[in-house]
Amino acid sequence: MSAVAVESRPRRHVLAGAWAFVRRHILTVYSVLFFVYLLLPIAVVVVFSFNHPTGKFNYTWQGFTWDNWRYWDGVPGIRSSIVLSLEIALVASLIATALGTMIALALVRYGFRGRATTNILIFLPLSTPEIVLGASLLTLFLNLNVIFGFWTILIAHIMFCISFAVVTVKARLVGFDRHLEEAAMDLGANEWTTFRKVTLPLIAPAILAALLLCFAISIDDFVVTYFNSGSEVTFPLFVWGAARIGAPPQVNVIGTAIFVVALTAMLANVLIQTRRSKGAA
Amino acid sequence: MGFFHRHRNTTPYLLLAPGVLFLAVFFLVPLGFLAYQSLQSGNFDVGFSFTWAWSNYWDALRDYRAQFVRSLEYAGIATLLCLVISYPVAYWIAFRGGRWKNLLLLFIVAPFFVTYLIRTLAWETILSDNGFVVNTLQSLHVLGPSGRLLATSTAVVAGITYNFLPFMALPLYVSLEQIDGRMLEAAEDLYASKLHAFLRVTLPLSLPGVVAGTLLTFIPAAGDFINAQLLGATDNHMIGNVIQSKFLEQTDYPAAAAMSFILMAGILVAVLLYARAVGTEQLTGTAT
Repeated sequence: MSAVAVESRPRRHVLAGAWAFVRRHILTVYSVLFFVYLLLPIAVVVVFSFNHPTGKFNYTWQGFTWDNWRYWDGVPGIRSSIVLSLEIALVASLIATALGTMIALALVRYGFRGRATTNILIFLPLSTPEIVLGASLLTLFLNLNVIFGFWTILIAHIMFCISFAVVTVKARLVGFDRHLEEAAMDLGANEWTTFRKVTLPLIAPAILAALLLCFAISIDDFVVTYFNSGSEVTFPLFVWGAARIGAPPQVNVIGTAIFVVALTAMLANVLIQTRRSKGAA
Repeated sequence: MGFFHRHRNTTPYLLLAPGVLFLAVFFLVPLGFLAYQSLQSGNFDVGFSFTWAWSNYWDALRDYRAQFVRSLEYAGIATLLCLVISYPVAYWIAFRGGRWKNLLLLFIVAPFFVTYLIRTLAWETILSDNGFVVNTLQSLHVLGPSGRLLATSTAVVAGITYNFLPFMALPLYVSLEQIDGRMLEAAEDLYASKLHAFLRVTLPLSLPGVVAGTLLTFIPAAGDFINAQLLGATDNHMIGNVIQSKFLEQTDYPAAAAMSFILMAGILVAVLLYARAVGTEQLTGTAT
């Protein structure tokens, strides 16, 4: 079919072929440049974690050293800020994922009054600028004379993580084969057993994804935490404070470490997915 | 059977209750407190009292009009830049990515794995006065010998663009990836040129992604103050900087609350306009 068309108008074909060739490669070259731009700051973070700054500013390359990595907690306050960030991220992601999974199950599985309202309630925090989320929680705590610290940070993080967990788990539940559950029920399993033995294992990857996402969002959060931290310092708050007087290279060390851990987890996830889809094909 | 029915009716509410209550108490109620605070008068030392002080709103709009306008302007330009920069790449991954799609998407979100503040500080390093970029631009006479990038609006917009790029690229990719290749073949069979097929088939079908990406980029960008703080000077400050300093440094809570509400209201109006144009189901990703 296409061969006939080629015979009948060869000139056009050559031109179209050349145009397609050029276009194909322009797009590829552009995309490569795009990724260079996207990854450039990450490279800067990694490279400057090995810098040996002479003054207090870690802006220009002064020489290579392992010292920043060897003495990663050589700056006062950095270790405790990392510990606090990890604690908050762990607890917040667990609670937010549990609450979010339950909401997602209700939204996908059941028709009930108030479903549309619930959808909007889930969507609103995602479409509110972080500064408003942080400021409104701050006014709540101020007006109720709550003491700022670990608990206010934790509440704030659970609050902005829930919607992300709901969206992540819901995406998986929508494409879920309900016949599997019906089969279990037909075989005499009650609702709870069916949920535990059939539903939960099937949506486990989505729950894990939600956990990882919530953990990542929590550990990276600056704005909402800044408004509700009192005198507690999480890692992003430490970076903010340090940036005012010139961030030490240890900040780059921790940034690089977080990047490597997150990238490894995601790469493993992608590889497993690719292998699984290859097996299915 | 009666029990079964009642049971099925209460189950969704039991599942919803903890999470929805949490969001009600720590998201909706605080918004109410913010509104209440925004109509109070007084100061931190003598205390605040509720007096229907609408003047907080007019004062904020009068005194900080420049910052409000600048926030919308910077966010708007950055959103447009994100769209223009990432559309070709999203297209490339969707149609040419092949089995590398997942890996390429991982590269797109890679910046998120570096703490927001740290990657913004990295731009501070890249754009610094003796850095490679400034030196190159100076030798090309794009910048004067004393010209700089840091502490300019260019740096702030560039920072915002970079930081929110993945929010634009991902929804674009999702909508482009869903396009059925046979539609494009049909267009070509009907003698549409490649350009025509793109403009009349691909682009309209990717509009949901454009809408979602625009919202996901514009909303956080309009409220951002980190880029303006780290990459800009005082005359590049956005409304987020003002709200932040009013709340945490000057303890002028009513003014700061009023400003948060003006920002929120402006964004809400924009979102509702979008919702009317594209339908709430598509907007909230609850289609299907």
